[in-house]
Amino acid sequence: MYAQMVESGQAGTTDQDRAFQDKIDRNVRIEPRDWMPEGYRKTLLRQIGQHAHSEIVGQLPEGNWITRAPSLQRKAILLAKVQDEAGHGLYLYCAAETLGKSRDEMTRELLAGKAKYSSIFNYPTLTWADIGMVGWLVDGAAIMNQVPLQRCSYGPYSRAMIRICKEESFHQRQGFDIVRTLMEGTEDQKKMAQDAFNRWWWPAIMMFGPPDGDSVHSEQSMKWGIKLNSNDELRQKFVDQTVPQAEWLGLNVPDADLKWNEERQSYDFGTPDWDEFFAVIKGNGICNRERLDARNKAWDDGAWFRDGLMAHAEKNTHKIAAE
Amino acid sequence: MTPFATFCLRMGDNALILGQRTGEWCGHAPVLEEDIAFANMGLDLIGQTQQWFGMIAEELGQSPDKLAFFRGEREYLNTLLVEQPNTDFAHALMRQYLFDAWHLPMLEGLVTSSNQQIAELAAKAVKEVRYHIDRSRDLIIRLGDGSDESHRRMQDALDWLWPFTADLLARDDADAALVAEGVIPEGERIATRFAQETAETFAKATLTAPEGPRRTGGRTGNHSEHMGYLLAVMQSVPRAHPDARW
Repeated sequence: MYAQMVESGQAGTTDQDRAFQDKIDRNVRIEPRDWMPEGYRKTLLRQIGQHAHSEIVGQLPEGNWITRAPSLQRKAILLAKVQDEAGHGLYLYCAAETLGKSRDEMTRELLAGKAKYSSIFNYPTLTWADIGMVGWLVDGAAIMNQVPLQRCSYGPYSRAMIRICKEESFHQRQGFDIVRTLMEGTEDQKKMAQDAFNRWWWPAIMMFGPPDGDSVHSEQSMKWGIKLNSNDELRQKFVDQTVPQAEWLGLNVPDADLKWNEERQSYDFGTPDWDEFFAVIKGNGICNRERLDARNKAWDDGAWFRDGLMAHAEKNTHKIAAE
Repeated sequence: MTPFATFCLRMGDNALILGQRTGEWCGHAPVLEEDIAFANMGLDLIGQTQQWFGMIAEELGQSPDKLAFFRGEREYLNTLLVEQPNTDFAHALMRQYLFDAWHLPMLEGLVTSSNQQIAELAAKAVKEVRYHIDRSRDLIIRLGDGSDESHRRMQDALDWLWPFTADLLARDDADAALVAEGVIPEGERIATRFAQETAETFAKATLTAPEGPRRTGGRTGNHSEHMGYLLAVMQSVPRAHPDARW
């Protein structure tokens, strides 16, 4: 789930608003040229923007290991994966542009710290095992949210999500495969995997956002078909799916309260440290400053490149005009 | 080492070290399209590395990963050009273009190699590299003939990197033996194509290749000081866990 706590707009009460809601209730996709309430447009822009920014910032913790991937095959796979993430950012910015906001404008908001991205990318990737955890847990959690979003009410977003989901499921499998290989390896490799699992488990659980009771923006987004499941529903699904995988791998889930609930046919699990979550969201995570600094540096250092291409294009326009 | 193994190792090392430098840009390029392009080129280059190393693994008794992660800098046979650092994006683009301008005629020559394995590898790689040079040439022209600053940066990168192109074009006895057997194209043919390609492109880009001393040595394991650091980063994990599989 790369969009967290997206502030939701308000629905109007005019005939047009009612007709719009009726379309959504009948599962008719909304397309860029269709009328839409301003609140719907703004909420979508915030959500798609957050998702796009997360893909872009998400290149950094994984890019951190491209130069150190421990085999040629792993290096190739990681390059392909990070390339996919940047591609997802590109589709999502394009989807957002259909709502009337340019990529440059969204980029400026990200660089100024005004636009959010997923809290998860403010955690550091300290060992090679972290790359396994990012694929298995982080992409795994993202897929939980993105699969239903393939049916979201806004056409361009839902279509982008269909393509993204195909690639993300491959990403999750490659993460799982890294962890599996480590767990079948030397004692040091097993330790490395358990250590990374201990550090990524709770941040992954928190990716789904605060508990439903505290999730103030969900209701309207759900009515509009922009958000399709509640945070807690998705979190439970993630835990139920992931715990048996961890057990199969031989990893210990770092949660003393975790136990199977026969009656619910689901796992009961402990409460994450929500203070940590809100601290990260507010900019006080381990890597918030590094991530934004890296993006700002890339943008500032690249100014001459973008300006140079514009200057060349202008010269060519003059040449064509003169001919 | 046989001339065949020496040649394949040089080709593989060039691809690996340039792929490693290219991969450093991930998430740090000036626009999103360049992040994607650099990751994509890196991916092609690492794929080519695996194939070159795969071809000589048996002869050398070392797996491709062993060749990549457990040789020291004196044993690496890549050209000096590809190991040069990412000083700025202009250097990265110019390094890529100069390499492509040599790589393309080399691979085109290898498509008709008398060695079937090499011919097959080249037939696949040449498609990737045609795309690489289309992209890099286009950016050299647009940025050379762009703003004052982009021109200055591209000229600076060319001044810095041009001397290392001598190492791309260098030839020795191993090459001569393979030319005689029809395994690799003649050096002169590649040098001519390289000169034509770069002259046309730099004229359009309003850039000037500098006169002066040329640098060689990488192909025989005499590298710049950058190489040791590059390998230290790249090899750190396998060397810390020599018994591990990844």
